[in-house]
Amino acid sequence: MAKKQIYYEDVEVGSELTPVAKVATTQMLVKWAGASGDFNPLHFDDHFAATQGTGGTIVHGALKRSWLGHLASSFAGDEGFVKKFSCQYRGMDLPRKMASMFGPEEGETWWCKGKVTNKRVEDDRHIVECEIWVENGKGERTTPGSATVILPSKKAKK
Amino acid sequence: MTQAGVPDEIKAMIGTTTEPAIMEVERGAIRRFADAIDDPNPLYRDVEYARNSKYGEIICPIGFFGWPLKGGGLEQMMNTLMPVMMKAGLFRILDGGIEYEYFLPVRAGDILTSYGKIADIREREGKSGKMLFMILEQTYWNQNSDKVAIARSTIIAR
Repeated sequence: MAKKQIYYEDVEVGSELTPVAKVATTQMLVKWAGASGDFNPLHFDDHFAATQGTGGTIVHGALKRSWLGHLASSFAGDEGFVKKFSCQYRGMDLPRKMASMFGPEEGETWWCKGKVTNKRVEDDRHIVECEIWVENGKGERTTPGSATVILPSKKAKK
Repeated sequence: MTQAGVPDEIKAMIGTTTEPAIMEVERGAIRRFADAIDDPNPLYRDVEYARNSKYGEIICPIGFFGWPLKGGGLEQMMNTLMPVMMKAGLFRILDGGIEYEYFLPVRAGDILTSYGKIADIREREGKSGKMLFMILEQTYWNQNSDKVAIARSTIIAR
């Protein structure tokens, strides 16, 4: 299945990155704990979380970071390269609880979004700077960040 | 937190480096990571697709460094810092964010070596009193001794 490649010439300052939707569930947090090796009980143990003043188990900052990694690498496509990436964990998010083994309860959806803030050619590299963020169901940007992506150029294509 | 600012014992730790850690980048670990964050990118899971891409092999998602590729560095640094922070009355540890720089793609099968360094420790006045910001830097090299990535984590203690 071929993916669509975006080129340097396709984007302008202000262009939006194709948003990516994510649903944080208690199940996703456990999968992330296993995949990442972060076993801080704040992310899976209600009893422990109650002692931390967070209002419950919270979504790992690094999981939201990796959601943004999905956004940035989708934007770069197979031919592009993410050169720099950063994000700050500014706000806490509470995952949806599971309604069954397979599906979550109704609740909020998180959106990974981004916007092109700058583009330039430097040493033959076609560089695009983006502002990126995770926006929760309340419209709060809990995880703002930035990405520097090198995109292929149509001019370089034969 | 003492009124005197960053305790000397903590300040003295700036520049401390960890022992190198060696880790293999595994296809299974990449697939579990991509599954956990709900990223369907075939470059992370479809060997055939990856073979026909310019990479020729499954590649590492950009969020793979830090967690799960802690490289021992992060844990070693935290183990060194924790007792000193506890002594200084800093019990709440938060992950503040991360900054990455990438130099080369990392493929499944690569053997990475990583070193950790306590790059900086600064004090800031927060809403709830003094906070320590610690910048923990990890550099990753591949089996050809090429630098592939740097990850700078900000750990906040208060």
